[in-house]
Amino acid sequence: MIRSLQRSKAYSFSFNIFIFLYFLFLFAPLIVTMILAFNDSMFPSLPWKGFTLDWFFGRGPEKYGIFHDAINLRSIYNSFKVAVAVTILSTVAGTMAAFLFEQEDFKFKNLLYFLMLAPMVIPGVILGISILMFSNTVGLFLEDVFGIYVKLLSPGIPLVVLGQFSFITTIVALIIIARLKKFDRTLEEAAYNLGANRLEVIWFITLKYLRPSIIGGAAIAFLMSFENFNTTLFLVGPDATLPITLYLQVRDGSTPVINAIAFLLIVVSSTIAVINLYSGKKSTY
Amino acid sequence: MKRSSKIKIRWGFIIFFVPVFLWLLFLLILPHIELLRMSFVGTDFYGKSGFTFENYWSFFKEPIYWRTFARTALYSITVTFLVLVIALPVAFYITKLAGTKIQGFLMILLLVPFWVSELIRVYGWIILLRESGAINYFLTKLHILREPIEMLYNDATMIMGLIYTNMLFMVIPIIGVMESLDDSLIEAAYDLGAKKTAIWAKIIIPYCLPGIMSGSIIVFMLVLGSYLTPKLMGGKNALWFTEQIYNQIITYFNWNQGAAFGFLLLLMSSLIIFVALKITRQKFTKVIK
Repeated sequence: MIRSLQRSKAYSFSFNIFIFLYFLFLFAPLIVTMILAFNDSMFPSLPWKGFTLDWFFGRGPEKYGIFHDAINLRSIYNSFKVAVAVTILSTVAGTMAAFLFEQEDFKFKNLLYFLMLAPMVIPGVILGISILMFSNTVGLFLEDVFGIYVKLLSPGIPLVVLGQFSFITTIVALIIIARLKKFDRTLEEAAYNLGANRLEVIWFITLKYLRPSIIGGAAIAFLMSFENFNTTLFLVGPDATLPITLYLQVRDGSTPVINAIAFLLIVVSSTIAVINLYSGKKSTY
Repeated sequence: MKRSSKIKIRWGFIIFFVPVFLWLLFLLILPHIELLRMSFVGTDFYGKSGFTFENYWSFFKEPIYWRTFARTALYSITVTFLVLVIALPVAFYITKLAGTKIQGFLMILLLVPFWVSELIRVYGWIILLRESGAINYFLTKLHILREPIEMLYNDATMIMGLIYTNMLFMVIPIIGVMESLDDSLIEAAYDLGAKKTAIWAKIIIPYCLPGIMSGSIIVFMLVLGSYLTPKLMGGKNALWFTEQIYNQIITYFNWNQGAAFGFLLLLMSSLIIFVALKITRQKFTKVIK
Protein backbone atom coordinates (compact mmCIF):
# COMPACT_ATOMS: atom_id res chain seq x y z
CA MET A 1 0.00 0.00 0.00
CA ILE A 2 2.97 2.36 0.14
CA ARG A 3 5.73 3.00 -2.37
CA SER A 4 7.81 0.03 -1.30
CA LEU A 5 4.90 -2.41 -1.22
CA GLN A 6 3.05 -4.10 -4.01
CA ARG A 7 -0.19 -2.33 -4.84
CA SER A 8 -3.12 -3.64 -6.78
CA LYS A 9 -3.89 -1.85 -10.06
CA ALA A 10 -7.35 -0.91 -8.87
CA TYR A 11 -5.92 0.62 -5.69
CA SER A 12 -3.37 2.78 -7.50
CA PHE A 13 -5.88 3.75 -10.14
CA SER A 14 -8.60 4.83 -7.74
CA PHE A 15 -6.10 6.68 -5.60
CA ASN A 16 -4.79 8.56 -8.62
CA ILE A 17 -8.32 9.49 -9.64
CA PHE A 18 -9.00 10.74 -6.13
CA ILE A 19 -5.92 12.96 -6.15
CA PHE A 20 -6.74 14.25 -9.62
CA LEU A 21 -10.25 15.19 -8.48
CA TYR A 22 -8.84 16.81 -5.39
CA PHE A 23 -6.55 19.08 -7.37
CA LEU A 24 -9.34 19.81 -9.83
CA PHE A 25 -11.47 20.84 -6.85
CA LEU A 26 -8.64 23.07 -5.64
CA PHE A 27 -7.98 24.84 -8.89
CA ALA A 28 -11.25 24.91 -10.83
CA PRO A 29 -12.71 28.03 -9.15
CA LEU A 30 -9.45 29.94 -9.47
CA ILE A 31 -8.89 29.07 -13.12
CA VAL A 32 -12.44 29.93 -14.15
CA THR A 33 -12.21 33.24 -12.29
CA MET A 34 -8.98 34.08 -14.08
CA ILE A 35 -10.28 33.14 -17.52
CA LEU A 36 -13.42 35.25 -17.15
CA ALA A 37 -11.29 38.33 -16.48
CA PHE A 38 -10.68 38.34 -20.24
CA ASN A 39 -14.27 37.82 -21.34
CA ASP A 40 -15.70 40.65 -23.41
CA SER A 41 -18.99 40.67 -21.50
CA MET A 42 -20.60 42.97 -18.96
CA PHE A 43 -21.17 40.06 -16.54
CA PRO A 44 -18.64 37.69 -15.00
CA SER A 45 -20.24 34.62 -16.56
CA LEU A 46 -20.30 32.54 -19.72
CA PRO A 47 -20.96 32.54 -22.69
CA TRP A 48 -17.59 33.55 -24.02
CA LYS A 49 -17.96 36.72 -26.02
CA GLY A 50 -14.40 37.16 -27.16
CA PHE A 51 -11.07 38.18 -25.68
CA THR A 52 -10.58 41.63 -24.19
CA LEU A 53 -8.20 43.47 -21.90
CA ASP A 54 -10.84 46.07 -21.11
CA TRP A 55 -11.30 44.82 -17.54
CA PHE A 56 -7.71 45.77 -16.92
CA PHE A 57 -7.17 48.85 -19.08
CA GLY A 58 -10.65 49.96 -20.13
CA ARG A 59 -11.17 53.71 -19.78
CA GLY A 60 -14.94 53.67 -19.84
CA PRO A 61 -17.56 54.89 -20.42
CA GLU A 62 -18.93 51.36 -20.64
CA LYS A 63 -16.11 49.32 -19.21
CA TYR A 64 -13.89 50.62 -16.46
CA GLY A 65 -10.81 48.45 -16.12
CA ILE A 66 -9.09 48.05 -12.78
CA PHE A 67 -6.36 50.54 -13.65
CA HIS A 68 -9.01 53.24 -14.14
CA ASP A 69 -11.31 52.23 -11.32
CA ALA A 70 -10.82 54.90 -8.64
CA ILE A 71 -12.67 53.13 -5.80
CA ASN A 72 -10.85 49.84 -6.18
CA LEU A 73 -7.47 51.50 -6.71
CA ARG A 74 -8.03 53.54 -3.57
CA SER A 75 -8.83 50.42 -1.55
CA ILE A 76 -5.78 48.60 -2.93
CA TYR A 77 -3.69 51.56 -1.79
CA ASN A 78 -5.29 51.39 1.68
CA SER A 79 -4.69 47.65 1.94
CA PHE A 80 -1.11 48.16 0.87
CA LYS A 81 -0.53 50.80 3.55
CA VAL A 82 -2.05 48.57 6.23
CA ALA A 83 -0.09 45.53 5.06
CA VAL A 84 3.25 47.36 5.09
CA ALA A 85 2.65 48.68 8.60
CA VAL A 86 1.46 45.31 9.91
CA THR A 87 4.38 43.49 8.29
CA ILE A 88 6.98 45.75 9.86
CA LEU A 89 5.39 45.79 13.31
CA SER A 90 4.56 42.11 13.52
CA THR A 91 7.92 40.98 12.14
CA VAL A 92 9.78 43.04 14.75
CA ALA A 93 7.49 42.02 17.61
CA GLY A 94 7.35 38.40 16.43
CA THR A 95 11.15 38.19 16.37
CA MET A 96 11.31 39.65 19.87
CA ALA A 97 8.71 37.17 21.08
CA ALA A 98 10.72 34.31 19.57
CA PHE A 99 13.86 35.43 21.45
CA LEU A 100 11.87 35.94 24.64
CA PHE A 101 10.35 32.47 24.66
CA GLU A 102 13.33 30.56 23.31
CA GLN A 103 16.29 32.25 24.97
CA GLU A 104 15.03 33.82 28.18
CA ASP A 105 13.75 32.35 31.40
CA PHE A 106 11.36 34.14 33.69
CA LYS A 107 8.43 33.68 36.02
CA PHE A 108 5.08 33.01 34.37
CA LYS A 109 6.79 32.18 31.08
CA ASN A 110 4.36 29.36 30.40
CA LEU A 111 1.38 31.56 31.14
CA LEU A 112 2.65 34.26 28.80
CA TYR A 113 3.38 31.69 26.10
CA PHE A 114 -0.13 30.34 26.46
CA LEU A 115 -1.49 33.86 26.07
CA MET A 116 0.63 34.40 22.98
CA LEU A 117 -0.89 31.28 21.40
CA ALA A 118 -4.42 32.36 22.27
CA PRO A 119 -5.00 34.40 19.06
CA MET A 120 -4.69 31.12 17.13
CA VAL A 121 -7.92 29.90 18.72
CA ILE A 122 -9.81 33.18 19.05
CA PRO A 123 -12.07 33.78 16.04
CA GLY A 124 -11.00 36.88 14.10
CA VAL A 125 -14.45 38.39 14.49
CA ILE A 126 -14.09 38.30 18.29
CA LEU A 127 -10.65 39.89 18.16
CA GLY A 128 -12.16 42.63 16.01
CA ILE A 129 -15.09 43.43 18.29
CA SER A 130 -13.10 43.24 21.52
CA ILE A 131 -10.45 45.64 20.21
CA LEU A 132 -13.20 47.90 18.86
CA MET A 133 -14.93 48.02 22.24
CA PHE A 134 -11.74 48.48 24.21
CA SER A 135 -10.45 51.33 22.05
CA ASN A 136 -13.88 52.96 22.15
CA THR A 137 -13.93 52.80 25.96
CA VAL A 138 -10.40 54.19 26.20
CA GLY A 139 -11.34 56.95 23.75
CA LEU A 140 -14.43 57.90 25.75
CA PHE A 141 -12.44 57.85 28.96
CA LEU A 142 -9.78 60.17 27.56
CA GLU A 143 -12.45 62.50 26.28
CA ASP A 144 -14.34 62.58 29.57
CA VAL A 145 -11.38 62.95 31.87
CA PHE A 146 -8.87 64.95 29.87
CA GLY A 147 -11.13 66.43 27.24
CA ILE A 148 -8.96 65.20 24.39
CA TYR A 149 -10.23 63.42 21.33
CA VAL A 150 -7.84 60.77 20.08
CA LYS A 151 -8.63 60.06 16.46
CA LEU A 152 -6.44 56.96 16.47
CA LEU A 153 -8.91 55.22 18.72
CA SER A 154 -11.94 55.47 16.45
CA PRO A 155 -12.33 52.99 13.58
CA GLY A 156 -9.86 53.63 10.80
CA ILE A 157 -6.56 52.55 9.36
CA PRO A 158 -4.53 52.69 12.62
CA LEU A 159 -7.05 50.52 14.43
CA VAL A 160 -7.11 48.06 11.53
CA VAL A 161 -3.31 47.84 11.78
CA LEU A 162 -3.50 47.14 15.53
CA GLY A 163 -6.26 44.58 15.10
CA GLN A 164 -4.36 42.62 12.45
CA PHE A 165 -1.09 42.98 14.34
CA SER A 166 -2.67 41.34 17.39
CA PHE A 167 -2.90 37.91 15.76
CA ILE A 168 -0.43 38.06 12.84
CA THR A 169 2.41 38.59 15.34
CA THR A 170 1.62 35.19 16.86
CA ILE A 171 1.96 33.51 13.47
CA VAL A 172 5.26 35.27 12.72
CA ALA A 173 6.57 34.39 16.18
CA LEU A 174 5.68 30.71 15.71
CA ILE A 175 7.47 30.59 12.34
CA ILE A 176 10.63 32.14 13.83
CA ILE A 177 10.46 30.02 17.01
CA ALA A 178 10.37 26.87 14.86
CA ARG A 179 13.75 27.82 13.35
CA LEU A 180 15.25 29.18 16.54
CA LYS A 181 14.58 25.80 18.18
CA LYS A 182 17.04 24.22 15.75
CA PHE A 183 19.72 26.81 16.43
CA ASP A 184 22.94 25.50 17.87
CA ARG A 185 23.63 27.74 20.87
CA THR A 186 27.28 26.80 21.03
CA LEU A 187 27.69 29.22 18.12
CA GLU A 188 26.62 32.04 20.44
CA GLU A 189 28.91 30.83 23.20
CA ALA A 190 31.82 30.78 20.77
CA ALA A 191 31.11 34.39 19.86
CA TYR A 192 30.91 35.38 23.55
CA ASN A 193 34.25 33.70 24.18
CA LEU A 194 35.71 35.70 21.32
CA GLY A 195 34.60 38.87 23.10
CA ALA A 196 31.30 39.76 21.45
CA ASN A 197 28.54 41.30 23.53
CA ARG A 198 24.90 40.21 23.49
CA LEU A 199 23.85 42.76 20.90
CA GLU A 200 26.66 41.79 18.55
CA VAL A 201 25.89 38.11 18.99
CA ILE A 202 22.23 38.64 18.16
CA TRP A 203 23.00 40.87 15.21
CA PHE A 204 25.83 38.91 13.63
CA ILE A 205 25.02 35.34 14.59
CA THR A 206 21.45 34.63 15.63
CA LEU A 207 19.61 37.03 13.31
CA LYS A 208 21.78 35.90 10.38
CA TYR A 209 20.75 32.36 11.10
CA LEU A 210 17.09 33.35 11.46
CA ARG A 211 16.97 35.42 8.28
CA PRO A 212 15.09 32.92 6.08
CA SER A 213 12.38 32.47 8.67
CA ILE A 214 12.11 36.21 9.28
CA ILE A 215 11.68 36.84 5.56
CA GLY A 216 9.20 33.98 5.29
CA GLY A 217 7.29 35.27 8.29
CA ALA A 218 7.20 38.77 6.85
CA ALA A 219 5.87 37.48 3.51
CA ILE A 220 3.11 35.57 5.27
CA ALA A 221 2.33 38.59 7.47
CA PHE A 222 2.01 40.79 4.39
CA LEU A 223 -0.37 38.44 2.61
CA MET A 224 -2.45 37.72 5.69
CA SER A 225 -2.83 41.41 6.35
CA PHE A 226 -3.62 42.25 2.73
CA GLU A 227 -6.33 39.62 2.63
CA ASN A 228 -7.76 39.91 6.12
CA PHE A 229 -11.49 40.36 6.30
CA ASN A 230 -12.94 39.13 9.60
CA THR A 231 -11.00 41.33 12.02
CA THR A 232 -10.85 44.29 9.65
CA LEU A 233 -14.62 44.30 9.14
CA PHE A 234 -15.25 45.76 12.59
CA LEU A 235 -12.32 48.15 12.77
CA VAL A 236 -12.45 49.73 9.35
CA GLY A 237 -13.47 53.38 9.08
CA PRO A 238 -14.24 55.38 5.96
CA ASP A 239 -11.05 54.18 4.22
CA ALA A 240 -12.06 50.65 3.21
CA THR A 241 -9.41 48.05 2.47
CA LEU A 242 -9.55 45.88 -0.66
CA PRO A 243 -11.25 42.80 0.88
CA ILE A 244 -14.02 45.04 2.24
CA THR A 245 -14.76 46.78 -1.07
CA LEU A 246 -14.42 43.48 -2.94
CA TYR A 247 -16.86 41.86 -0.55
CA LEU A 248 -19.49 44.51 -1.24
CA GLN A 249 -18.99 44.08 -4.99
CA VAL A 250 -19.21 40.30 -4.81
CA ARG A 251 -22.32 40.48 -2.63
CA ASP A 252 -24.14 43.01 -4.79
CA GLY A 253 -22.88 41.76 -8.15
CA SER A 254 -20.48 43.62 -10.38
CA THR A 255 -18.76 43.64 -13.75
CA PRO A 256 -15.81 41.30 -14.49
CA VAL A 257 -13.54 43.97 -13.03
CA ILE A 258 -13.52 41.81 -9.86
CA ASN A 259 -12.17 38.99 -12.00
CA ALA A 260 -9.39 41.26 -13.17
CA ILE A 261 -8.53 42.13 -9.55
CA ALA A 262 -8.74 38.44 -8.65
CA PHE A 263 -6.45 37.61 -11.58
CA LEU A 264 -3.82 40.06 -10.34
CA LEU A 265 -4.15 38.89 -6.73
CA ILE A 266 -3.85 35.23 -7.70
CA VAL A 267 -0.80 35.88 -9.87
CA VAL A 268 0.95 38.03 -7.26
CA SER A 269 0.18 35.82 -4.27
CA SER A 270 1.11 32.59 -6.02
CA THR A 271 4.37 34.16 -7.16
CA ILE A 272 5.15 35.16 -3.58
CA ALA A 273 4.09 31.67 -2.44
CA VAL A 274 6.35 29.89 -4.92
CA ILE A 275 9.34 32.13 -4.14
CA ASN A 276 8.76 31.67 -0.43
CA LEU A 277 8.39 27.89 -0.67
CA TYR A 278 11.37 27.52 -2.97
CA SER A 279 13.71 29.63 -0.83
CA GLY A 280 12.34 27.91 2.29
CA LYS A 281 13.32 24.54 0.79
CA LYS A 282 16.83 25.66 0.00
CA SER A 283 17.54 26.91 3.51
CA THR A 284 15.96 24.26 5.68
CA TYR A 285 19.51 23.56 6.96
CA MET B 1 32.48 35.74 32.01
CA LYS B 2 29.41 34.05 33.44
CA ARG B 3 28.59 36.98 35.69
CA SER B 4 28.91 39.70 33.07
CA SER B 5 26.84 37.84 30.50
CA LYS B 6 24.16 37.35 33.13
CA ILE B 7 23.72 41.09 33.63
CA LYS B 8 23.53 41.64 29.90
CA ILE B 9 20.95 38.90 29.54
CA ARG B 10 18.67 40.82 31.91
CA TRP B 11 18.96 43.80 29.58
CA GLY B 12 18.10 41.62 26.65
CA PHE B 13 15.22 40.26 28.65
CA ILE B 14 13.70 43.71 29.18
CA ILE B 15 14.05 44.62 25.51
CA PHE B 16 12.31 41.41 24.46
CA PHE B 17 9.79 41.34 27.26
CA VAL B 18 8.33 44.84 27.13
CA PRO B 19 6.97 44.86 23.54
CA VAL B 20 5.59 41.35 23.87
CA PHE B 21 3.95 42.20 27.18
CA LEU B 22 2.45 45.44 25.83
CA TRP B 23 1.11 43.59 22.80
CA LEU B 24 -0.57 40.89 24.86
CA LEU B 25 -1.85 43.30 27.51
CA PHE B 26 -3.33 45.99 25.29
CA LEU B 27 -4.46 43.98 22.30
CA LEU B 28 -5.48 40.73 23.93
CA ILE B 29 -6.09 40.74 27.69
CA LEU B 30 -7.67 44.15 28.23
CA PRO B 31 -9.89 44.01 25.10
CA HIS B 32 -11.29 40.65 26.18
CA ILE B 33 -11.90 41.86 29.72
CA GLU B 34 -13.70 44.81 28.17
CA LEU B 35 -15.71 42.43 25.99
CA LEU B 36 -16.77 40.54 29.11
CA ARG B 37 -17.63 43.75 30.96
CA MET B 38 -19.67 45.11 28.05
CA SER B 39 -21.65 41.89 27.88
CA PHE B 40 -22.98 42.55 31.41
CA VAL B 41 -23.96 46.15 30.79
CA GLY B 42 -27.50 47.07 29.85
CA THR B 43 -29.52 50.23 29.51
CA ASP B 44 -32.82 50.38 31.33
CA PHE B 45 -36.05 52.07 30.36
CA TYR B 46 -34.83 55.50 31.51
CA GLY B 47 -31.56 55.32 29.62
CA LYS B 48 -29.50 54.54 32.71
CA SER B 49 -26.93 51.82 32.21
CA GLY B 50 -25.95 49.25 34.78
CA PHE B 51 -25.16 45.64 35.49
CA THR B 52 -27.49 43.07 33.97
CA PHE B 53 -27.78 39.49 32.79
CA GLU B 54 -30.31 40.58 30.18
CA ASN B 55 -27.90 40.13 27.24
CA TYR B 56 -27.33 36.50 28.09
CA TRP B 57 -30.95 35.97 29.05
CA SER B 58 -32.19 37.16 25.66
CA PHE B 59 -29.89 34.64 24.00
CA PHE B 60 -31.86 31.80 25.62
CA LYS B 61 -35.23 33.52 25.21
CA GLU B 62 -34.98 34.01 21.46
CA PRO B 63 -34.92 30.63 19.69
CA ILE B 64 -33.26 32.14 16.61
CA TYR B 65 -30.18 33.05 18.65
CA TRP B 66 -29.48 29.77 20.33
CA ARG B 67 -30.57 27.78 17.29
CA THR B 68 -28.08 29.65 15.14
CA PHE B 69 -25.51 29.07 17.85
CA ALA B 70 -26.14 25.32 18.00
CA ARG B 71 -26.26 25.09 14.22
CA THR B 72 -22.93 26.89 13.89
CA ALA B 73 -21.32 24.56 16.43
CA LEU B 74 -22.74 21.42 14.85
CA TYR B 75 -21.82 22.43 11.32
CA SER B 76 -18.32 23.43 12.39
CA ILE B 77 -17.75 20.00 13.92
CA THR B 78 -19.15 18.33 10.79
CA VAL B 79 -16.94 20.39 8.48
CA THR B 80 -13.86 19.67 10.61
CA PHE B 81 -14.59 15.96 10.44
CA LEU B 82 -15.16 15.99 6.67
CA VAL B 83 -11.98 18.00 6.14
CA LEU B 84 -10.09 15.39 8.15
CA VAL B 85 -11.56 12.54 6.10
CA ILE B 86 -10.40 14.20 2.86
CA ALA B 87 -7.06 15.39 4.23
CA LEU B 88 -5.84 12.00 5.47
CA PRO B 89 -5.67 10.26 2.05
CA VAL B 90 -4.30 13.42 0.40
CA ALA B 91 -1.50 13.64 2.97
CA PHE B 92 -0.93 9.91 2.64
CA TYR B 93 -0.64 10.11 -1.13
CA ILE B 94 1.81 12.98 -1.03
CA THR B 95 4.04 11.56 1.70
CA LYS B 96 3.89 7.81 1.03
CA LEU B 97 2.65 7.13 -2.48
CA ALA B 98 3.68 9.87 -4.89
CA GLY B 99 6.98 9.44 -6.69
CA THR B 100 9.75 11.31 -4.92
CA LYS B 101 10.26 13.49 -7.98
CA ILE B 102 6.75 14.91 -8.09
CA GLN B 103 6.41 15.14 -4.32
CA GLY B 104 7.83 18.66 -4.10
CA PHE B 105 5.79 19.77 -7.07
CA LEU B 106 2.58 18.43 -5.54
CA MET B 107 3.38 20.23 -2.28
CA ILE B 108 3.70 23.56 -4.08
CA LEU B 109 0.55 22.84 -6.07
CA LEU B 110 -1.23 22.11 -2.82
CA LEU B 111 -0.09 25.28 -1.08
CA VAL B 112 -0.46 27.90 -3.79
CA PRO B 113 -4.30 28.19 -3.82
CA PHE B 114 -4.33 28.89 -0.11
CA TRP B 115 -2.24 31.98 -0.47
CA VAL B 116 -5.12 33.44 -2.43
CA SER B 117 -7.61 35.23 -0.22
CA GLU B 118 -10.73 33.49 1.02
CA LEU B 119 -12.91 36.08 -0.69
CA ILE B 120 -11.45 35.36 -4.13
CA ARG B 121 -11.81 31.62 -3.64
CA VAL B 122 -15.43 31.98 -2.57
CA TYR B 123 -16.01 34.26 -5.54
CA GLY B 124 -14.59 31.54 -7.78
CA TRP B 125 -17.21 29.11 -6.48
CA ILE B 126 -19.97 31.66 -6.95
CA ILE B 127 -18.95 32.05 -10.59
CA LEU B 128 -18.97 28.28 -11.03
CA LEU B 129 -22.16 27.44 -9.18
CA ARG B 130 -24.68 30.23 -9.55
CA GLU B 131 -27.65 30.06 -11.85
CA SER B 132 -25.78 31.87 -14.62
CA GLY B 133 -22.56 30.13 -13.62
CA ALA B 134 -20.10 28.08 -15.62
CA ILE B 135 -21.30 24.64 -14.50
CA ASN B 136 -24.92 25.42 -15.33
CA TYR B 137 -23.80 26.82 -18.68
CA PHE B 138 -22.05 23.59 -19.67
CA LEU B 139 -24.74 21.32 -18.29
CA THR B 140 -27.45 23.09 -20.28
CA LYS B 141 -25.24 23.23 -23.39
CA LEU B 142 -24.73 19.49 -23.14
CA HIS B 143 -28.49 19.03 -22.62
CA ILE B 144 -27.97 17.34 -19.28
CA LEU B 145 -30.09 20.02 -17.69
CA ARG B 146 -33.09 21.49 -19.45
CA GLU B 147 -32.74 24.77 -17.63
CA PRO B 148 -30.16 26.09 -15.16
CA ILE B 149 -30.68 25.38 -11.47
CA GLU B 150 -29.50 27.47 -8.54
CA MET B 151 -26.71 25.54 -6.86
CA LEU B 152 -25.74 28.29 -4.45
CA TYR B 153 -27.47 29.33 -1.25
CA ASN B 154 -28.04 25.97 0.36
CA ASP B 155 -26.40 24.18 3.26
CA ALA B 156 -24.61 21.55 1.18
CA THR B 157 -22.88 24.19 -0.94
CA MET B 158 -22.00 26.18 2.14
CA ILE B 159 -20.40 23.12 3.74
CA MET B 160 -18.50 22.42 0.53
CA GLY B 161 -17.27 26.03 0.53
CA LEU B 162 -16.17 25.81 4.15
CA ILE B 163 -14.31 22.57 3.43
CA TYR B 164 -12.63 24.19 0.46
CA THR B 165 -11.49 27.35 2.21
CA ASN B 166 -10.05 25.59 5.26
CA MET B 167 -8.66 22.37 3.79
CA LEU B 168 -5.02 23.36 3.88
CA PHE B 169 -4.89 23.92 7.62
CA MET B 170 -5.59 20.22 8.07
CA VAL B 171 -3.43 18.86 5.24
CA ILE B 172 -0.23 20.67 6.21
CA PRO B 173 0.06 19.58 9.88
CA ILE B 174 -0.82 16.01 8.92
CA ILE B 175 1.80 15.94 6.17
CA GLY B 176 4.24 17.30 8.76
CA VAL B 177 3.88 14.30 11.05
CA MET B 178 3.19 11.69 8.38
CA GLU B 179 6.52 12.48 6.74
CA SER B 180 8.33 11.23 9.82
CA LEU B 181 6.31 8.01 10.04
CA ASP B 182 8.76 5.21 9.34
CA ASP B 183 7.66 3.18 6.29
CA SER B 184 9.01 0.00 7.84
CA LEU B 185 6.24 0.07 10.46
CA ILE B 186 3.67 -0.16 7.69
CA GLU B 187 5.74 -2.78 5.87
CA ALA B 188 6.03 -4.88 9.00
CA ALA B 189 2.30 -4.74 9.65
CA TYR B 190 1.66 -5.64 6.03
CA ASP B 191 4.02 -8.60 6.15
CA LEU B 192 2.30 -9.83 9.27
CA GLY B 193 -0.94 -9.84 7.34
CA ALA B 194 -2.63 -6.71 8.66
CA LYS B 195 -5.48 -5.32 6.59
CA LYS B 196 -5.44 -1.75 5.29
CA THR B 197 -8.11 -0.69 7.75
CA ALA B 198 -6.06 -2.14 10.61
CA ILE B 199 -2.93 -0.36 9.41
CA TRP B 200 -4.83 2.92 9.31
CA ALA B 201 -6.51 2.43 12.67
CA LYS B 202 -3.57 0.98 14.57
CA ILE B 203 -0.54 2.69 13.03
CA ILE B 204 -1.16 5.69 10.83
CA ILE B 205 -3.89 7.51 12.75
CA PRO B 206 -2.40 7.08 16.25
CA TYR B 207 0.98 8.19 14.95
CA CYS B 208 -0.47 11.27 13.23
CA LEU B 209 -2.64 12.27 16.18
CA PRO B 210 -0.68 15.43 17.11
CA GLY B 211 -0.97 16.68 13.52
CA ILE B 212 -4.61 15.67 13.33
CA MET B 213 -5.37 17.54 16.53
CA SER B 214 -3.58 20.74 15.59
CA GLY B 215 -5.24 20.66 12.16
CA SER B 216 -8.64 19.99 13.68
CA ILE B 217 -8.34 22.79 16.21
CA ILE B 218 -7.29 25.37 13.63
CA VAL B 219 -9.90 24.26 11.09
CA PHE B 220 -12.65 24.15 13.70
CA MET B 221 -11.75 27.60 14.94
CA LEU B 222 -11.58 29.08 11.44
CA VAL B 223 -14.89 27.52 10.38
CA LEU B 224 -16.63 28.61 13.56
CA GLY B 225 -15.41 32.16 13.11
CA SER B 226 -15.87 32.42 9.38
CA TYR B 227 -18.15 35.07 8.04
CA LEU B 228 -17.59 35.33 4.30
CA THR B 229 -18.31 31.78 3.22
CA PRO B 230 -21.63 31.27 5.08
CA LYS B 231 -22.74 34.77 4.14
CA LEU B 232 -21.97 34.49 0.43
CA MET B 233 -22.67 30.79 -0.19
CA GLY B 234 -25.29 29.94 2.43
CA GLY B 235 -28.98 30.60 1.97
CA LYS B 236 -30.88 33.61 3.20
CA ASN B 237 -32.03 31.84 6.36
CA ALA B 238 -28.73 30.04 6.82
CA LEU B 239 -27.49 32.38 9.52
CA TRP B 240 -24.05 31.74 10.95
CA PHE B 241 -23.42 32.92 14.48
CA THR B 242 -20.83 35.46 13.36
CA GLU B 243 -23.57 37.06 11.27
CA GLN B 244 -25.65 37.47 14.43
CA ILE B 245 -22.70 39.21 16.07
CA TYR B 246 -22.27 41.44 13.04
CA ASN B 247 -25.98 42.29 13.02
CA GLN B 248 -25.98 43.25 16.68
CA ILE B 249 -22.89 45.41 16.46
CA ILE B 250 -23.11 47.02 13.05
CA THR B 251 -26.81 46.88 12.11
CA TYR B 252 -28.59 47.35 15.47
CA PHE B 253 -25.68 49.08 17.17
CA ASN B 254 -26.39 46.98 20.26
CA TRP B 255 -22.82 46.48 21.44
CA ASN B 256 -23.76 44.89 24.74
CA GLN B 257 -25.78 42.18 23.03
CA GLY B 258 -22.98 41.71 20.50
CA ALA B 259 -20.44 41.44 23.31
CA ALA B 260 -22.50 38.73 25.00
CA PHE B 261 -22.74 36.81 21.72
CA GLY B 262 -19.03 37.21 21.12
CA PHE B 263 -18.25 35.95 24.57
CA LEU B 264 -20.55 32.96 24.15
CA LEU B 265 -18.85 32.07 20.87
CA LEU B 266 -15.45 32.34 22.52
CA LEU B 267 -16.61 30.22 25.44
CA MET B 268 -17.98 27.51 23.18
CA SER B 269 -14.88 27.32 20.98
CA SER B 270 -12.59 27.14 24.02
CA LEU B 271 -14.76 24.48 25.60
CA ILE B 272 -14.89 22.27 22.51
CA ILE B 273 -11.14 22.58 21.95
CA PHE B 274 -10.51 21.80 25.63
CA VAL B 275 -12.69 18.68 25.51
CA ALA B 276 -11.09 17.50 22.26
CA LEU B 277 -7.61 17.90 23.76
CA LYS B 278 -8.62 16.04 26.92
CA ILE B 279 -10.15 13.14 24.97
CA THR B 280 -7.08 12.68 22.78
CA ARG B 281 -4.66 13.43 25.66
CA GLN B 282 -2.83 16.16 23.76
CA LYS B 283 -1.41 19.39 25.17
CA PHE B 284 -2.40 22.78 23.78
CA THR B 285 1.12 24.21 23.70
CA LYS B 286 2.39 21.05 21.97
CA VAL B 287 -0.38 20.98 19.42
CA ILE B 288 -0.23 24.63 18.32
CA LYS B 289 3.15 25.28 16.79
